[in-house]
Amino acid sequence: MKTLLVSVLMMAALMGAPVLAEGLLPNIPAALGEPHPEGNEFWRVNHPAILSHDRDLTVLDGIRDIDGSIKTCVACHAVEGPDAAPLTVASPEHACRTCHDYTAVKIDCFQCHNSRPEAGDWPAVLPSLGGTPESLHAYLERISQ
Amino acid sequence: MIIPTKEKGADISRRDLLKSGGAMATVTLASGVTLMSFGGKAAADGLKPGARWGLLIDAGKCPEDCSACVSACSKEHGWEDNGLDTDPQWIRKVTLREKETGRENSLPVMCQHCDEPPCVDVCPTGASFKREDGIVLVNRHTCIGCRYCMMACPFKARSFVHEPVTDQRTDSPRGNGTVEGCNMCVHKIDRGDGTTACVEACQATGNNAMMFGDLNDPESDIAIAVSTYASVELRADLGLNLGVRYQNI
Repeated sequence: MKTLLVSVLMMAALMGAPVLAEGLLPNIPAALGEPHPEGNEFWRVNHPAILSHDRDLTVLDGIRDIDGSIKTCVACHAVEGPDAAPLTVASPEHACRTCHDYTAVKIDCFQCHNSRPEAGDWPAVLPSLGGTPESLHAYLERISQ
Repeated sequence: MIIPTKEKGADISRRDLLKSGGAMATVTLASGVTLMSFGGKAAADGLKPGARWGLLIDAGKCPEDCSACVSACSKEHGWEDNGLDTDPQWIRKVTLREKETGRENSLPVMCQHCDEPPCVDVCPTGASFKREDGIVLVNRHTCIGCRYCMMACPFKARSFVHEPVTDQRTDSPRGNGTVEGCNMCVHKIDRGDGTTACVEACQATGNNAMMFGDLNDPESDIAIAVSTYASVELRADLGLNLGVRYQNI
């Protein structure tokens, strides 16, 4: 038991504490727009139900001004990739995938829907991955308001 | 004996309920799941009740070497026909030849948006459906890709997506394993553009062979045109009451 504990501690020391901390929680990138008025906790829990409810409004009744519009989701949660274009869902750093990979929940949406804004429709300023402590702190500040 | 009376509000349709969003601040979907803030914004949105959207195509004005409508549709919806048997075709140019006289006609054929669509009859999941305004669509959320509708359609208007698709047009989602076809640019209609990509392209060429409008609105150009000049349906013998009509064929 003692040797196990020592080896774990040694591994942690070798890897460095920050690496360990980064690996524990998903690194969710900040979104472009105003925070959701209902709060992030609400949307984390309810986004599947809202999306599937509102998709029927659009497909069946032609109502396109909806809360759960996947077009708006991917536009606001776009993340800048290495080529200055928004990342597609093929990248593990795509806003949806950061969390879905962590929770091991498969996303079917992007078999048909585009996972990023259309070319020519890209936001002028794209948020980069929220890697630095400053950006993460600013993001937490914004969502706590 | 107590005669049950209709409670006030008991016959509110789903759509009316959504329209009255102001009164409905919170909708409970299931225990623990609530939807908030409709805010009545849905009222100005959505399909036009009582409409029957249709197209009128004048084959006499459609040159054989023009396929502007086909390229416009391909661009608007992001499908590509590279000549393979399995490639999708939401709209295609067809040449008709009268056997006896040899007279030839070129015309675009797409989903005819039947009033009584056979594709809807055969769909096992209800994914193939007709909107209230007469547009026949595939709900890809429920489509299982069985392709019964492709076999039922007398116009070969539907295609199956055989390959994974990426970078779709955001207004026209399409994906592997589902069936698709002309949706009469439903996103443009909902947006209030009052036209479709193919009609716009046809007008841009100056041929003016295509017209889009509400067949149920007696004031509309298309309703006036079909009531004034002769027009026919393709395969009128099937009695499907098509939303797309042709002249000079």
